[in-house]
Amino acid sequence: MHSSNTKLIRFNKIPKTAFLLSLALLTLLLTACYPDHNQSTFDPQGPVALKQLEVFWWILIGGFIVFVLVEAALIYAIFKFRVKNESDIPVQTQGNHKLEIIWTAIPAVLLIILMVPTIQTLFYMYEAPKTTKPEHTLEAIGHQWWFEVRYPDPTNSEKEIVTANEVYIPVGYPVAINLESVDVIHSFWVPKLAGKTDMVPSEGNFMWFQADEPGEYYGQCAEYCGTSHANMKFKVIAVPEPDFKSWLQAQSNPALESSDPLVQEGAGVFKSAGCTGCHSIKTVVNKGSKGRVGPNLAHVGSRRDLAAGMLRNSDENGSVNDALLQKNLRTWLENPAEVKPGNLMSSGAQVYTNPDKKLTEEQISQLVHYLSSLK
Amino acid sequence: MSTFPISIPRPVHPTGIWNWITTIDHKRIGILYGVTAFIMFLSGGIEATLMRLQLAGPELDIVSAAVYNQLFTMHGTTMIFLAVMPLSAAFFNFVIPLQIGARDVAFPRLNAFSYWTFLGGALMLKLSWIGGATDAGWFGYAPLTSVAQNPGTGIDFWIISLQVLGIASLAASFNFIVTIINMRAPGMTMMRLPLFTWMSFLTAILLVLAFPVITVALIELTFDRYFMFNFFNVANGGSVVLWQHLFWVFGHPEVYILILPAMGIVSEVLPVFSKKPLFGYKTVVLAGAIIAFMGWMVWSHHMFTVGLGAVANAVFTVTTMLIAVPTGIKVFNWIGTIWGGSIRFNTPMLFSLGFIAMFLLGGISGVMHAVSAHDAQQQDTYFVPAHIHYVLFGGAIMAILSGIFYWFPKYSGKMYSERQGKISFWLIMLGQNVTFFPMHFVGLDGMPRRIYTYVEGMGWEFWNGVSTGGVFILIIGFLLVVVNIGRHWKNGEPAPADPWDARTLEWSIPSPPPEYNFEKIPIVRSLDDWWETKQGLDYKEVPASGGSGNEGHEIHLPQPSYWPIVAAFGLFIAAYGVVFNDLLIPWALAAVGLTIGFIGVYSWSLEPVNDPEEDSTN
Repeated sequence: MHSSNTKLIRFNKIPKTAFLLSLALLTLLLTACYPDHNQSTFDPQGPVALKQLEVFWWILIGGFIVFVLVEAALIYAIFKFRVKNESDIPVQTQGNHKLEIIWTAIPAVLLIILMVPTIQTLFYMYEAPKTTKPEHTLEAIGHQWWFEVRYPDPTNSEKEIVTANEVYIPVGYPVAINLESVDVIHSFWVPKLAGKTDMVPSEGNFMWFQADEPGEYYGQCAEYCGTSHANMKFKVIAVPEPDFKSWLQAQSNPALESSDPLVQEGAGVFKSAGCTGCHSIKTVVNKGSKGRVGPNLAHVGSRRDLAAGMLRNSDENGSVNDALLQKNLRTWLENPAEVKPGNLMSSGAQVYTNPDKKLTEEQISQLVHYLSSLK
Repeated sequence: MSTFPISIPRPVHPTGIWNWITTIDHKRIGILYGVTAFIMFLSGGIEATLMRLQLAGPELDIVSAAVYNQLFTMHGTTMIFLAVMPLSAAFFNFVIPLQIGARDVAFPRLNAFSYWTFLGGALMLKLSWIGGATDAGWFGYAPLTSVAQNPGTGIDFWIISLQVLGIASLAASFNFIVTIINMRAPGMTMMRLPLFTWMSFLTAILLVLAFPVITVALIELTFDRYFMFNFFNVANGGSVVLWQHLFWVFGHPEVYILILPAMGIVSEVLPVFSKKPLFGYKTVVLAGAIIAFMGWMVWSHHMFTVGLGAVANAVFTVTTMLIAVPTGIKVFNWIGTIWGGSIRFNTPMLFSLGFIAMFLLGGISGVMHAVSAHDAQQQDTYFVPAHIHYVLFGGAIMAILSGIFYWFPKYSGKMYSERQGKISFWLIMLGQNVTFFPMHFVGLDGMPRRIYTYVEGMGWEFWNGVSTGGVFILIIGFLLVVVNIGRHWKNGEPAPADPWDARTLEWSIPSPPPEYNFEKIPIVRSLDDWWETKQGLDYKEVPASGGSGNEGHEIHLPQPSYWPIVAAFGLFIAAYGVVFNDLLIPWALAAVGLTIGFIGVYSWSLEPVNDPEEDSTN
């Protein structure tokens, strides 16, 4: 693992029994009742999250010891010095300089020791390894309430490939992420890969992480960002590098056209109902272009979730289930405010605000077929 | 009298409701503060209960997303500005003059004005529920507070009521600073001040320095909202991070504003019920002063994930960890105080001991936040509400409850039921741990805070359910406190002057104290002077005339006044008008309010010192 070759003091140097005891206790408490802990900070899957957890063990164990000692002293005093005779007057001790100096110095020394790994890790977090490849640099942009993700186009350095709410990364490589926001402050957080970094409008931010194993990692907006803050999620999908490359290639090509008449009609509704005002079905979109208000839909039919992690389209193994996808698209199109209260589409799109332009049952079916065909 | 244009004489010995409206007696104002703030505390508790019900299980639909967001914003704002701060102010009012041997505060009418202004601000904030309260969080991060994001009046109510509350707090703080510096009894040097008065003094200084920062930030926000300024509008070159700096430069000292009075209360209660002086008085005072000073150097630890860079985060890591040292000193000195004592477990003592036990836990999780590398995982998760509730509930509220029971005989003149008090302590102790401890688990398990719902299968269901269950234990505990206090205030056994065999001056006078507090001003010769007196040291007093030789002189007390409430009422009306800034009528309302306020202040300044019928000016 990445951490083994660093200078950082690792947690195997911490007294083993205390470590194991705390670990057992915490594991018990955290996992006692439910098996899925998709956002647990105790299950790091990459070097950044691991380093952060390692430094946390220091204070967790140290804090536990301090807590036990001080509470023990308190409880001992409570039992030992309880009143025996109402009229007794104990010795009126005013204080003890030596003692006070000792209990000032000990915490100060302990805290100064704690600063060392903390600050080391801080600098480690803030700078991506020099080996980070330029093609592994991507951009995540917060919107109310979804994430836009942009990759450099491998075939054309002028252009960027756009997707939404799914961050594909290559396994075993550090990935650099530039963070932005178009409206309010959001925060980009994948607990198993790294701590969060805020997405601050007009103040670009930066973070990096690496996934050591292929798989799906849950992420969620962590900075309160308005009505549907709770409904702003995403996933990081780590795949072997060749797969990552072919995925990126596929993303840069438009979805395969379908001759299904329902799909064709759906494409017509997509234009006539005004969807294109906010959503683009082009794969390569520059920032200045229109169609960035809503998530890019070029490959919406291939995504594992709909509506920023709200509706699951895929099976356990991550492959999209068409029946599920169509059901979810229908749920979403019928009443987006039900899925995500306050979202811009339900409050801004004419098909939802003007009863005369309301989508018919037929139009919704056509749109569902069209959108699910965008693989 | 001839210069006074509005010839309304000063109220003379008013009774009933007028007595409360015109009072400038610090003890009555203290009671007004306490009762109002306790009601506000209960209202914040109702808001919290609704939130906990919504989160009891996954995907519940008890309140909507919009209402939930208003609930957590109002809960935070209420508990900080309308509950904990004014509960501390209640103790400042009631206790400080008694502890320093004074007959009232330095500016009694200003004191009444502070209370009525606070009441106006509190009502204004709470009334914003009608028509939709603010939902931008108690921290009000830009640009969620912009007109584009939040066009309703909820935010304006929040801004303007905080400004009104700021006026109340500033007026009160200046009053207490002047009182503590100028009105101490002879011999009461600064290093003989009771610890509670010391901590209150530091709090008042912090308030005077911290509130202007939030005032400026709120004015900037008002200008952004009302006059299309661009302080926080990034589209035109503003900065949203600016707001965070301003807010936390205020907000972190504010944390110490909330906790220092609590530390003061505990530092009074522990020595009394251990029958020992405070261990290391000077150290505890110094530690408090260091906390108050260092509290200004740590604000960016609220912003570790904002992207200030590794160097800035490292600096604030160091300062934040260091501020744990003086806090630790206090905890050790409190344990030193009870060590070797003769401990009596009355209700106030139980709450103070509970404070130490719980505050320690909050302090340790605070150091965990200071480990900034891992704070990136903790920030904005339930780990932070867990911490803040151990500090503010396990800390501040436990100490305030301790104070409520400790001084109950003094302010009510009655004794509460010790049995009910002890039961309520154990219920609250159990309830808070069941409610708040599981938040550590779900936080580290990745549950963000301020989410109105969560899905099944994240591992958060169980502990959220437990957390909600704990609320009901707390509710029973607090109902018992209300019943105990309410019933015994009316029907309790009469309290002796010094039921606890206490150490400070307020226990040397009858319970409840007469209006003039001290018939004769005591002369203070040592720390814990009243205790020393009881141990046989000669008691000395200054005669009522203050030693001027005119021994037949009556005790000279300021008299009630109509004008503080009038001035505060004008401010309230004006503030209400300003909130609805887009119409002519509200601005007219604001003008009327300002006029009333002006009349209030004008009449107040020209009011005769004493009523003409009581011939005491010669």
